[in-house]
This record gives sequence, C-alpha cells and structure tokens, in this order.
Amino acid sequence: MSTPIHDQRFRIAEARFLAPDVKLFRIVAPRIARKRKPGQFVIVRINARGERVPLTIADSDPRDGTITLIVQGIGKTTKQLNAMGPDDHLADVVGPLGKPSEVERFGTVVVIGGGVGTAIAYPTARALKSAGNRVISIIGARTRGLVILESEMRTISDELYVTTDDGSYAEKGFVTDKLKALIGAGRKIDYVLAIGPIPMMRAVAEATRPHGIKTVVSLNPIMVDGTGMCGGCRVLVDGRSRFACVDGPEFDAHRVDFDVLTKRNAMYRDAERLAMERFEKTGGRQETRSCRTR
Amino acid sequence: MPNPLTPKERTRIPRQKMPEQEPLERRGNFAEVNLGFDFELAKQEAMRCLECANPKCVAGCPVGVKVKEFVALILDGKYLEAAAKVREDDVLPAITGRVCPQEDQCEGACVLSKKFSSVAIGYLERFVADYERQTGQVGLPPNAPPTGKRVAIVGSGPAGLSCAGDLVQQGHQVTVLEALHEIGGVLIYGIPEFRLPKEIVRQEVDNLRRMGVEFETDVVVGQTVTVDELLNEEGYDAVLIATGAGLPHFLNIPGEHLCGVCSANEFLTRVNLMKAYQFPEYDEPVFDCRDKDVAVVGGGNTAMDAIRSSVRLGARNAYLIYRRSEKEMPARIEEVKHAKEEGVQFMTLTNPVEFLGDEKGWLRAARCQKMELGLPDESGRRRPVPVPGSEFELPLHMVIIAVGTSGNPLVQSTTPDLRTNKRGYIEAADDTLKTSKRGVFAAGDIVTGGATVILAMGAGRKAARAIDAYLRSGQW
Repeated sequence: MSTPIHDQRFRIAEARFLAPDVKLFRIVAPRIARKRKPGQFVIVRINARGERVPLTIADSDPRDGTITLIVQGIGKTTKQLNAMGPDDHLADVVGPLGKPSEVERFGTVVVIGGGVGTAIAYPTARALKSAGNRVISIIGARTRGLVILESEMRTISDELYVTTDDGSYAEKGFVTDKLKALIGAGRKIDYVLAIGPIPMMRAVAEATRPHGIKTVVSLNPIMVDGTGMCGGCRVLVDGRSRFACVDGPEFDAHRVDFDVLTKRNAMYRDAERLAMERFEKTGGRQETRSCRTR
Repeated sequence: MPNPLTPKERTRIPRQKMPEQEPLERRGNFAEVNLGFDFELAKQEAMRCLECANPKCVAGCPVGVKVKEFVALILDGKYLEAAAKVREDDVLPAITGRVCPQEDQCEGACVLSKKFSSVAIGYLERFVADYERQTGQVGLPPNAPPTGKRVAIVGSGPAGLSCAGDLVQQGHQVTVLEALHEIGGVLIYGIPEFRLPKEIVRQEVDNLRRMGVEFETDVVVGQTVTVDELLNEEGYDAVLIATGAGLPHFLNIPGEHLCGVCSANEFLTRVNLMKAYQFPEYDEPVFDCRDKDVAVVGGGNTAMDAIRSSVRLGARNAYLIYRRSEKEMPARIEEVKHAKEEGVQFMTLTNPVEFLGDEKGWLRAARCQKMELGLPDESGRRRPVPVPGSEFELPLHMVIIAVGTSGNPLVQSTTPDLRTNKRGYIEAADDTLKTSKRGVFAAGDIVTGGATVILAMGAGRKAARAIDAYLRSGQW
C-alpha cells in the first residue's frame, strides 16, 4: 500500500529548540503547505492513542511541501511532541483550519506576541508588512531565554520592542507597558494584533479599548475536531456563541468574553494533571518511539 | 429446503428474543449490548417468515434488500449465500443489521406485524453478516473492467461508503476523502461501541479497500483542497459530496457556555473516536461522569447514545430530558428500551430554559419547565407548549445537548456555484442527486438533513447509479 508519498506524509523534516521547551518543527504536509494562509492552524495527533491538539502554522514552504510549527511543551502531548525529532512521523496533521488573518492596508499596526504567541503572530506580521503597513512589533517573554524569533520579527518590522517580565533582557515589563507607552506618546495606531496568554490578550484589549483602536486576538480554546463538528471551542463574542475553529480563531478583542474563555480552558485541568503525572513517571519514552512504526 | 410449516403454524412461533448483556453488567462496560442470534435462534426466527408473494418488507427497505430470499437461505443453512444476497443491495450488512430503525422499515412493513409481531429481519441480517465476517469468507462482488474514470467522494460516512462500493464495482477508480483520522464518519465518531463495535466498521471498510476503494484521511475538503481543485488540478471526473449533517445545534438559552455543557457530537466524539472512555490509556479526556448527575436534552438515537455512554462512564443520575412525550421520540424502540433498563430516568414533556452555574463557571443546575402537547406542527408531531408556572430546578453537573444537527458549510462556502437551500443543505435532483455544478453530486444528510444510516446508504447507491451513467455518457 505504501507509496513514497505516504512514507513522507507528516514526517518531521527538521526539529530544533528555539528556547527551553519551545521547539520548531518543519513537517512534510504538501497539501497543507500549498493552501495555508497566515493565521490558520492545524490539528495534530502524534500517535494512535493521541489527543487532537490545535497548533497554529508559523510558516510554510509550498516548494518543499513543509509547514512549520512552533510548539511550547506545556501539557503531556506538547511535551511528548517536543521529545520527537527528525524522521519521526506524526500520526495526523489536518488543515489548514480556521479563517486566515485579516490582512489589509490598515496604516500603522502594532503586532504583539507574548511568549510562544510570537510564533503565531509572526506570519501575520509578515503579511501585514507585505500589505504595506507600518509594522511596530512588541514581543515579550517571562525571561531572556524565552524570547523567540527576535531576528525574524526584526526583519519584517519597522520598529521592534522586546520586553521581559524580569528585566533580564531588553526592557523590563510587560508588552502592555510598551503598548501603553506608544499610545501615551501619541503615536497613531490603526490596528493591533495581540497573540499570547489569555491575561495578556485581555490586558491589551483593555489598553486599546478606551482609544477605540481596532484590536484582534487569536484565541486558543479547547478543540476536538477543528471543523465545526463538536462545538467544544465555542467562545462568547458579543454575547453570542461562536466556534473558534471555523468562525475564528481571530476575533475582535473588544467583544470577546475572556472570563468565559479562561474558565472553559480550565475544564479538563484534572485530566491534564493526571496525564502529565503518568507521562513524567514513565519518562514518556516508549510511547514517543512507537510513532516511527506507522 | 422449503419451510415445512404451514402459515398458521409459523404464526404460532413467537418472535425470538435477542440475547443481551444483563443491564447491571453492561452499565459498567462499553461492550456490545446485543449478543447476536445463534444458529438455533436464527433458524427459529427464519421459520416465521410467511414468504409473501408480494413481500412488503423489501419495499419497506430503503435499499431494497431481498429479505424474503435471504431469510429462505438461512432456513437452508446457506448462511454465506444469505449474506451475499444481502450484500447485493447493502454493502454494510453487519452495520445496518445493528443500527437500522427496522420498526419503521422492513419490519414495520412485515405483514406479521399487524396481528403478531414482525419477523426479526434486522437480527437475521446481523446474524448472516456476522457469520460471514467470522468465517472470513466475505463474498465480495467482482469489479467490472476498469473505465479509467476517477471519482472523489467527500466524506466516509454511510452515504460515501455505499457509493464507493457501488462505483468501484462498476469499474471506476474511487478515492474517499475523510476529514477525521478514521474512516466511517458517524459510524465511528457518533454511534458508540456498545451499539456498533468499531471493529465491525473497520472490517467493512477493509472489505471496500480489498475491492479497490482508496481512502485518504486528514483531508478537510473546503480547507485542505476545494471541490474545484479536485475536478481541475487533481483531475477527478466526478465528485460526490457526502459530508453529512455534522454541525451541532445548541438550545440558545442562557448559560450554554458553562463548563459541563456540551454537544452530543463533542461528548460522543471524545468517547467513540478518541476512546476517552479509556483515558488515560488514550490521551483525550472526557468529562468525568463518576458519581455525577448527567442529563441529555433530546429524544433521538444520538440522545440515547450519549446518555447511555454517561451511564457507562459512571453517572450517578442519568436523565433524558425531552420536550414531547415518549410516543414522539425519534429514537429506535430498542434504544429506548435499553436506556430504561440501564436506569436512565426519562423526563418527558420537560424543557430546559436556562443553565445555572457556580462561581467557577461550572454548571450546577438546569432550570426546566413542564410542557404539554398542543396541535400537530409541520413534522406531524404534536407541538409541545409550556405549562405556565411549572418551572423547577434540576441539579446537574453535566448536560449534553442532542437536539439535532445541520450541514457543515465548509464545502458549500468554498464552492461558489454549488446551490444550497435556505437551511444550508445542498440542492440535488431527486432522481440523480446531481447538484447545480457539473460533475458534482451530493447524497445523504448534507442533502436531506439529519436522517438514518440506511437512508444515507440508499442515497449513496442512487448517486452511484447516476455518477456511473454520467461517466459513461459524458452527458450532464
């Protein structure tokens, strides 16, 4: 049955750490590489017993048929994924899913990436730059070692600011401090894209709301199928239920109910903890290797 | 061997009972409830057939299975021939024998059903299909010489599979594209293991593979590739859209965003497709039902499947909330019976109006109102109307919404010249299932809205005939 194409499908072509627990993967997925636009995501299942996890596509190369994912090891699946390397195969990669980012000529845009959110913001920032916008990027991380894609972001930005919570690198503070400073300095800002942890996105929304600056966030609710079939990813936007997988993942930050999102994302916390404990007990090795024999 | 009994003697034999797992035992496992007929039961049941000159059962079957002939073959002990006879019209007999609403179809039409009880056609169909599977001697029909024509089928549920089976027999090259990571559509993600073991679905899919059907998982048509790209860049000669009715309806009442409220699609997908009942052996979790109060809202097979799954996951109280009376329930009679035996508490003529949460955003109760039946609505069923002042609170940890689905718009929204009706379903000609777009056909729930496995299979067959005619003539 197997043809060369099938042997290649979902093979990891490249894998390297960008920061502790943050790993870049290039994965062979020609159909997805051809179609994908900035802001879209894939659902990945790492092996036959794996869960389906949504991961935003950071980049793609239609010529060699690969997509790039940047993964932060947080839960069992992402840690297990980050233990995989070149020539391992993922069981499933499906996409591109969700609506592409809205890319127009807005004028001056501020792109904010918090932690690994920078990886998700990067492709859209690049597209916004190509569309003729003046791009101001603010990337933030807890500490120096977690700052990722700084040089990539610098290349596509007119201005780049880096913040670290602990001040171990660049400016000490939060991304919102920098944003507020820009707004306070009277800089004309037409559009803000913020991607990162929920508290950060919520803070950005509150910072821009009084100034009426259009602000968009990319949401990361719990998903199963990613095609609108289960409704698990529904988020409250303007008091209405929307499915992040097909209506999003990007929404107007001023209309999102972040409180509901935070609570819903904690829904499986006990199960996640249990899975993590089991994974750490076994060192996660055997299971990871079984991915090779597809 | 002709049936030795006179018609009168046949009517005296009672309908044979399906051996089942005991309710108390099966509440604790996901193994199949019905255990299947043995040879003796099958023979006894087959003896009951009156062999009508004009068998109503065949007309009652959406795919026209030759019931009278296959039942006679059972009487002769020719089980493989009987299975092959079913397979002539039904490519998934082990599945339809389990999940068809026989009481509304073949068995409902059986002449015995009026004065006695109908021949257990579904149980017999399952018997021969299982026999065939277990002997490993599946009588696959031969394929016609290759035509060189290629067909893409979008969706691997019952409509797609039955169409694929017919087209490959007619000599066409068939590729089935599936969005999820397993083949089978609703048979895999929707119907639970205890009603339809997934191994059976896998074997039926393997049979199709052996017949030459190719499958590709992880392809979301509309996103990964469009219908136009299939027809142009990928060079398919025809496309069948059989994407089903996969979009869940919610109630649109306050509190539906609370943790612990989910669609039946989500709950069942986690349990069935993702095997969450085996968490943490499998990674995908599901709401921990142990010692919790769980309710499902709805009265169809999906509602029964969901609430019976929660029982197996350890629910302390399992309620079925339905706004009409039991008589109007669309679920199969057997599912209702099984649910009751397993301790599901039926709250009919009841409707939730609001879900109430705690400070952490978790469901704590449903506010419900009692209903009474008014005049019939467009579905012919009596319309439920609220009883004033009847509201009450039902404490709950989880509620599963199973009030129907609609078509997934991903294909339609990316295929501009594909006409849809106002409910979002694809318009297709009744007789040929041709859509408004040349070379594109549509079948199953994406045309009709949520229906049954067998109706979708019947539509898949009808589409196969029309696709074959189109590919041979080139005439649209």
